[in-house]
Amino acid sequence: MISRLLVANRGEIARRVFRTCRDLGISTVAVFSDPDASLPHAGEADLAVRLPGAAPADTYLDTEAIVAAAKATGADAVHPGYGFLSENAAFAEAVLAAGLTWVGPPPAAIAAMGSKIEAKRLMAEAGVPVLPELDPATVRAFPVLVKASAGGGGRGMRIVRSAGDLPGAVEGARREAASAFGDPTVFCEPLLTGARHIEVQVLADSHGTVWTLGERECSIQRRHQKVIEEAPSPAVDAALRERLSDAAAAAARAIGYTGAGTVEFMLAPGGEFFFLEVNTRLQVEHPVTECVYGVDLVALQIEVAEGAALGDPPRPRGHAIEARLYAEDPAEDYRPHSGPLHAFEIPGVDAEFAVPPGHGLRLDAGVVSGSVVSTHYDPMLAKVIAYGPTRAAAIRRLSAALAGARLHGLVTNRDQLVTTLRHDAFRAGDTDTGFLDRHPTTAPLAGEDAVRLSALAAALARAAANRRAAPVLRALPSGWRNVPSQPQRTVFAEAEVAYRLTRDGLTAEGHPDVALVSAEPDTVVLDHDGVRLRFAVAWYDRRVHVESALGPVTLTPAERLPDPAEQVAPGTLLAPMPGSVVRVAVREGDTVERGQPMLWLEAMKMEHQILAPAAGIVTALHAEVGRQVETGTVLAVVTEGQ
Amino acid sequence: MTVLPSALDTAGPDYAARRAAMLARLAELDAEHAKAVAGGGPKYVERHRGRGKLLARERIELLLDPDSPFLELSPLAAWGTDFTVGASVVTGIGVVEGVECLISASDPTVRGGSSNPWTMRKSFRAAEIALRNRLPVINLVESGGADLPTQKEIFIPGGRTFRDLTRLSAAGIPTIALVFGNSTAGGAYLPGMSDYVVMVKDRAKVFLGGPPLVKMATGEESDDESLGGAEMHARTSGLADYMAADEYDALRIGRRIVARLNWRKQGREPLPVRPPLHDEDELLGIVPEDLKIPFDPREVIARIVDGSDFDEFKPLYGASLVTGWAVLHGYPIGILANARGVLFSEEAQKAAQFIQLANQSGTPLLFLQNTTGYMVGAEYEQGGIIKHGAMMINAVSNSRVPHLTVVMGASYGAGNYGMCGRAYDPRFLFTWPSAKSAVMGPAQLAGVLSIVGRQAAQARGQIYDEEADVQMRAMVERQIEAESLPFFLSGRLYDDGVIDPRDTRTVLGLCLSAINSAPVAERPEGFGVFRM
Repeated sequence: MISRLLVANRGEIARRVFRTCRDLGISTVAVFSDPDASLPHAGEADLAVRLPGAAPADTYLDTEAIVAAAKATGADAVHPGYGFLSENAAFAEAVLAAGLTWVGPPPAAIAAMGSKIEAKRLMAEAGVPVLPELDPATVRAFPVLVKASAGGGGRGMRIVRSAGDLPGAVEGARREAASAFGDPTVFCEPLLTGARHIEVQVLADSHGTVWTLGERECSIQRRHQKVIEEAPSPAVDAALRERLSDAAAAAARAIGYTGAGTVEFMLAPGGEFFFLEVNTRLQVEHPVTECVYGVDLVALQIEVAEGAALGDPPRPRGHAIEARLYAEDPAEDYRPHSGPLHAFEIPGVDAEFAVPPGHGLRLDAGVVSGSVVSTHYDPMLAKVIAYGPTRAAAIRRLSAALAGARLHGLVTNRDQLVTTLRHDAFRAGDTDTGFLDRHPTTAPLAGEDAVRLSALAAALARAAANRRAAPVLRALPSGWRNVPSQPQRTVFAEAEVAYRLTRDGLTAEGHPDVALVSAEPDTVVLDHDGVRLRFAVAWYDRRVHVESALGPVTLTPAERLPDPAEQVAPGTLLAPMPGSVVRVAVREGDTVERGQPMLWLEAMKMEHQILAPAAGIVTALHAEVGRQVETGTVLAVVTEGQ
Repeated sequence: MTVLPSALDTAGPDYAARRAAMLARLAELDAEHAKAVAGGGPKYVERHRGRGKLLARERIELLLDPDSPFLELSPLAAWGTDFTVGASVVTGIGVVEGVECLISASDPTVRGGSSNPWTMRKSFRAAEIALRNRLPVINLVESGGADLPTQKEIFIPGGRTFRDLTRLSAAGIPTIALVFGNSTAGGAYLPGMSDYVVMVKDRAKVFLGGPPLVKMATGEESDDESLGGAEMHARTSGLADYMAADEYDALRIGRRIVARLNWRKQGREPLPVRPPLHDEDELLGIVPEDLKIPFDPREVIARIVDGSDFDEFKPLYGASLVTGWAVLHGYPIGILANARGVLFSEEAQKAAQFIQLANQSGTPLLFLQNTTGYMVGAEYEQGGIIKHGAMMINAVSNSRVPHLTVVMGASYGAGNYGMCGRAYDPRFLFTWPSAKSAVMGPAQLAGVLSIVGRQAAQARGQIYDEEADVQMRAMVERQIEAESLPFFLSGRLYDDGVIDPRDTRTVLGLCLSAINSAPVAERPEGFGVFRM
C-alpha cells in the first residue's frame, strides 16, 4: 500500500492528484520550481520540495532532483501527472529503480508509444487502422500534417498546403521538436479534413482486465491543442463506440498496458477512424470521463499501481463537457499572457477536483485569485467541467459559468469558449478539428453597447472610489461645480465616457436613456430604459474589468496626463511577452512591407512572429538570436515610408 | 442632538410661488455664468483650439483631481461693465493631488487674456483668499498683459499682483506658475515671483521686452525663442524649473509639484459628516419674493447644517436675531441669522456676546443676512441703539475667528456692517439670487430724497413740482433697485459669487475646509466675555 505519494508535476493536475490522495489517506508531497513557489499546489501538499530554477529542464524535467525529493520526503510512490516526465520511460525506470511505486504504465509500454512512428507500426500490426506515413521528400498530395515523432500537445505540428511550404514547415517543426522534446524527428501524414478527434479512455490492471470507459470528443482545438472536450461524443453511436472501444482495447493489449491511458483516433466524416497515438498517462480531459462514469481515475490508477484487480466496468450516465481556460488571446493568434491574476472566481462551483454530487459544475484550477502566471509553463489556468443529464444541459451550465466568471488581470480565452459553446454548429454537434479555424469565435462576448455601458459604469465606480479616497472635501458632491463648463471625462481605449453628476442625477453623453441608481467603487447599478443593470467593477493598474448581464468587458484606461517619457514612437516594435529571440530575418536599413515577419520570439515553448507594423525602413534593430527580452523591450523601429 | 423641526408647507401656494420665482432667478444666473464660460465667444474659442490649445477651464479640469469639487470665485466679475463677464480670468478653489489650492487661469480667448481693472480686482481677491486661508497658489498663465486702454487704472495698483505672490511665498504658501503662452513685460514677473515654474515647449513666451522693443532699445536683432522660450529658460536662464512637452505635460508636472509639497493643513480635522435631515432642495421656497415679508432662518439652518442639529443660544432674548451652535460638513460653527429683519438693542447686544463666546472657543461664525438695518425712532435712539449697534460692529470687526457670510435676502443699512458685510472681511461672502444690498430700500431712499427735496423747496419758498417728484422717485427707485441686485454687486466684486441656495451647504463646507488650511484664530488675550 502506498502511504506517501509525490506528484512530479505542478498546477491543477498536482492539486487533482492531491485531492484523491487526501480522500484515500495518502500523505502528499509536492515539488515546485521557483516561480511556482506561491502557487496553490506548492502549499497544499503535506510536504513540498523546492526544485531550484525556473526552466522545465532544471525543475519538473529533472529526473534526479525529483527522485531525490521523493527519497528526502520518504515518499513511496510517484505520480507523474500529464506532460513533463509523464511519458518518459527513463523517468519511470528511475522511479522504479529507486524502489518507489510508479503510478503509471510499465516503462516498456511508454517507450513503445514514445515514438509516434514506431507506435503506428505496432498498431497496424495489431489490426488497428492507421494513416499512411509519408516521406517529406516524395509528398505530392496536399494538405499534409508535419508532426514531431516525440511530440505531444500539438507542439512541433504544422499543416502544409503546398509543396513550397513543406521544407520551411519541416525545419520549423524540427526546431520546435528539438527544443521541446529533445528529439528533432518529424514525419508526415495526409491531413484529414473535417475529421473529429475521438479518444477512448482505457484502464488496465496487472491481471489482464482492460476497461474502456467510452470515448471523449476533443475536436475543438487551437494550434492542435484541445480547448473543449466532452463525453460522450455527439457523433458516436453505440455501434461505433463498440468498434472504437475494441480497437482501443486491442491497442492496450498489444503493448501490455496497465493503468490509465488514452487511445486517440481521427474520425473521418464517413465514419472511418484511424489510430493517432496512445497517451500513456492521465489525460488533461479525464474529468469528463470521471463525471460520466462516476469514477475517480486517479484512485483507480493508484489501486492498479498497488496491484488491485479491476471489477466490472461502470456504466455511463449523462453528459460532461470541459473547457480549458487559458491565459491567452485568441484574437492575437493565441498569444499567451503572463502576470498577476487579480481575481479568479467561477460562480456556482459544486466540486473541485472531484465529480460533483448529482449533476453540477466541477473546477480543476491550478491558480487562485492573486496567483501570478509565469512565462515558463503552459498558460492553462483551469478546467471548468459541467456535468448534466443531457449535452444541452451541460452546455448551458458551462457557458453560463464561464460567462459569469471573474477573471481579472490577464487576457483569457473565456470569450472564445463561451462563443464556441453557444455556437449553433457546436450545439448541433457539428464539430471537427477545423471548427475554430472555420467559425469566427474571437469576437468579444460583449457587444458595442455593452462596452459603452460597462465603460460608463466603470467611470462611475471610479468616481465613487475617488470620492471615497479623497483626503479632503470627501463629503462634497462628486464633481461639484458652481459654474459648470464641461463634464468629467474618463477615457478608455475602448470607449470614452463624459458624465456629470448633479442634484438631478446622472447626465452622460451618448446615454440619454441611462439613469444612475447607485454607484459604489465595486458595484454600479444603472437604469437603462427602465431595466436595471448591475455592473461589478474592478479597477487595476492598467486594466478594468466589468461584469454584468451584458457580458464581461475588459477596458484599458488611458492616462489622463501621460508622461511623454513613457510614450513610444510610432513604428516601434515591442516584445509582446517575455521570451528569447530565436530568429531575425531583417537587418538595419532593410525595407520591409507591412505585415512582413521580422523576427521570431520563443515564449512558453511557442514561436511567435513579430511582424512589421507598417511599410518602411528598419531604422533600429535591438534583437539578436539568443537575446532574452522582457515584455515591452524595444525590438526594432520601422520608420514609415521610403 | 437638538434637531430643528420644519414648519415649511411645501404643498402650499406660497412655497410654490417662492420656488418658481427663485428658479426664474437661477435661470438668469445660469445665463450669466454661461457668458463667463463662453469667454471670448465662438470665434476666439475656435481660434484658440485651432492652435492646439486648451481652454482655461479645460486646463483647470485636467489639473484637478478627478471627480473632486471646484468652487469658482467671482464668476460674475465685470458684470454690468464694458468688459466680458468673468473678467478674462478664472479663479477658484480646487483639489490637486489631495491639496486644496487656489487656482487662477487667464482666459486667452478674451482679448488675449489681458488684464482689465476687474481682472485685477478678481485676482487680488483670489490672492487674498490664498493668503488668509493658506492655500497653495497655481497660476495657469497665458495673458497678453495689461489692457492698454485702461492701463491708467491698473498699472500702478496692479504691481500688487507680484507683491502678493512673493508675500505668499514668504508666508510659506507655495506658488506655482504653469506658463502656457505669453507672459511678457510685467507679466514675466508672474513666473518670476513664483516658487515653481513650468513652461510649455514652443508655447511659453516669457521676456521683459519682445524683439521690436529690444530693437528699439538697443538695436539688437533677436527672436521670441532666444528672448523667452521655454527651452531657453529651462536650459539657459534657469527661470523655468521644468520644460513641459505640451499643455498636458505641464499640467502633469504641476500635479507632481503639488504632490511633492508635503502640504499639511494647519486647521482642525472635520468631524464625521452627517447630511441634514431636511431636503436642501426646499431652500428654493423659503425666501419670499417681497423681502418685506420676513422668514424664519431656522428653516434655512435646518437644511444646511449636519443632522439639522442646532443648539440655539439665548432664544428668549432679542428674538429678531437667531444665534446658536451647529456643525457644517464636520466643522463646528456659530450661526447668527436675522429672523425679523430689524436689529434692536437686544439683538445687537446678543450678537456682541455671541461673537465673544465664539472667540472664546475658536469657533468660526456664519452670518445669514436678511436685515433691514438697526431700528430707528426716538425710543430706540434714546435707548442707545447706536451704542448697542456699535458694540455689535465692534465685536464683528475685532473677532479673531473666521467669518462666513451668506446674503439670503435684504442687506440694508448698518445691518450690512453688523452682519459682517464685505467691508468686515468675512473669509468668504456669497449671495443668493434673492438678495438685495443698499444703504436702504429703493422706495425708502426715493422717499427720503422726496422729503428732503420738498423741505428744501419749502425753505426756499418754492412750490414743489409734484410731477417731477413722481418721475424722480420712479427713476431713483429703478436705479437703486438695479444697483442693489446681486449680479451688479457681484460684478463689482462685493461678494465671492452668487450661488444657488441649494448649494449653500456645499459651498460653505468647501469654504470651511479651506479656512481650516490655516490655523483657526487663537483665543485673544484681554478681558473676559462681557455680559450684555
